Amino acid sequence: MQQFLDTTLGGLVLGAVYAAFALALCLIWRSTRIVNFAQAAMAMVTTYIALSLINADVPYWVAFVAALAAGFGLGALIERVIIRPVEGKAELNAVILTLGLFMVLHGLTAITFGVQHRGFPAPVSTNAIEVGDTSIGITPFGILSIVVVAVVMAGLVVLFRFTDLGLRMRASAFNGEVSRLLGVRVGRMLTLGWALAAAVGAVAGMLIAGGDLVNPSFMDPFVIYGFIAAVLGGLDSPLGSVIGGLILGLSLSYVTGYVGEHLAPLVALGILMVVLLVRPSGLFAAAAARRV
Amino acid sequence: MQKPGGGNDLQTSPLFAVEGVSVRFGGVRALEGVSLEVAPHEVLGVIGPNGAGKTTLFNVVCGFVSPAEGELRLRGERIRDLRPHQLAGHGIARTLQGLGLFERMTVLDNVMVGADRLARAGFLRGLLGLGHRDDARLAAKAREVLGELGIESYAARYPGSLPYPIRKKVALARALVAEPELLLLDEPASGLSAEEMTELGEIITGLTERTAVMLVEHHMDLVMSVCHRITVLDFGRVIAAGTPEEIRNDPAVLAAYLGESVDDPEVPTGSTTDGDVVSTGSTTRGEEA
Repeated sequence: MQQFLDTTLGGLVLGAVYAAFALALCLIWRSTRIVNFAQAAMAMVTTYIALSLINADVPYWVAFVAALAAGFGLGALIERVIIRPVEGKAELNAVILTLGLFMVLHGLTAITFGVQHRGFPAPVSTNAIEVGDTSIGITPFGILSIVVVAVVMAGLVVLFRFTDLGLRMRASAFNGEVSRLLGVRVGRMLTLGWALAAAVGAVAGMLIAGGDLVNPSFMDPFVIYGFIAAVLGGLDSPLGSVIGGLILGLSLSYVTGYVGEHLAPLVALGILMVVLLVRPSGLFAAAAARRV
Repeated sequence: MQKPGGGNDLQTSPLFAVEGVSVRFGGVRALEGVSLEVAPHEVLGVIGPNGAGKTTLFNVVCGFVSPAEGELRLRGERIRDLRPHQLAGHGIARTLQGLGLFERMTVLDNVMVGADRLARAGFLRGLLGLGHRDDARLAAKAREVLGELGIESYAARYPGSLPYPIRKKVALARALVAEPELLLLDEPASGLSAEEMTELGEIITGLTERTAVMLVEHHMDLVMSVCHRITVLDFGRVIAAGTPEEIRNDPAVLAAYLGESVDDPEVPTGSTTDGDVVSTGSTTRGEEA
């Protein structure tokens, strides 16, 4: 029972991080029909920016906000400078561009910060919480991670469901030409979508790095896991992406806890294959909406 | 259906003018020297056989197609180079043949997107979450227009769950909520029953109190009953222009319709070869910055 509780709590923390990353992929997919393979590299860059600030004695939470702001700016810049010229053209062009961007960001980060592993601090303890004489399988930083992802989710729900700006973003994602006819500045909405996605990705990067070691490749596994989580829930569905992230996190945690850590990547790819074969639109997306 | 305003109280200075507009798609001349004017509070019909260029003309007006030659003027101001998203701000709204409703947004949300022109909170205020008063005002405005068209009870529904005539009204409400001065209606009667078409005619007639209307339509009984004037296109050229009575008896128009009377309800009523929105590379006005 203790092991089940531990693996479940650990899976929820892991799932929250996957959910944040999947959400970032989902935001870009919904607005531009592009799978952003550079998402992990962008999050890695913003994490390094935060690390540089923390190493310069800037308080953790100031560095956290700076990473979000950097992610927001980086996302907007990439959309305007790199993605905009190929928007509306063959979808493969943009996908290849994001793959190229992944490599460029990798290389630039390695040149700037080096390839060695560096410790990344956490704002709260990363030791398991103890109840009496028993330690349970969750840390204060794990709880913080779940809370941060929940706050991000709530913020996005408020933005998209209850504000005029969110309404315009949704309209632009559903039908750009009709939105333009209605006076919506679709290009601006797409830029904002990329910026928000990159900021959410920056949050994921900070949560993954907290209390761990980082190097320019530390986010690479999340290209795969985040994509699986998004596809599992439905690339078109932000809620689906979050639930997909939680399902994936719990699944991998159970596999790691009861079978063996080495099997986790295999199970993740197995989940991806089953979803693509049985329900390619994902658990929560409308089947007709998917175009990949 | 009564003719709006009896045709006597129209202002003579045009609200909107198309001056010598030509459009070419490769070697094909889709429009050739087309000119027309719309007075304030006027209903101008634009008719013609399939492929005559009617929807292309609408696409030019909306900025989706740039003309090779010619000019567009709204209240005398040149608007040819405006981008599609800027036209709503200048008081031009359009409905589409295919409706173009956002199927995964509620009816109220669909109409609220159309009210974007009326938003006071700018991009930055919206981003910072400071536009909630504006959101409430736009929602109230959207509900008001839905109420005017008798469909407020559908506000929380999704368009895909509604009957086609109601979906048509949602599309009309979305165009009207921006309080346009010029409303472009692209085949609003397609798919409607005779009774629904009668109601549509009454709605269009009522619209002239607040806006001018350009109407592309194949149902000649509707066109003849609600339009003050009619411009007839054939092979991209204007072959006739005048009152419904003049058009009904114009030999060139009769010839274009293969000898059939233009007020024959059996005249083509189905789909056209024109698309909803044409975005063809070099002729499309650019995306906004």
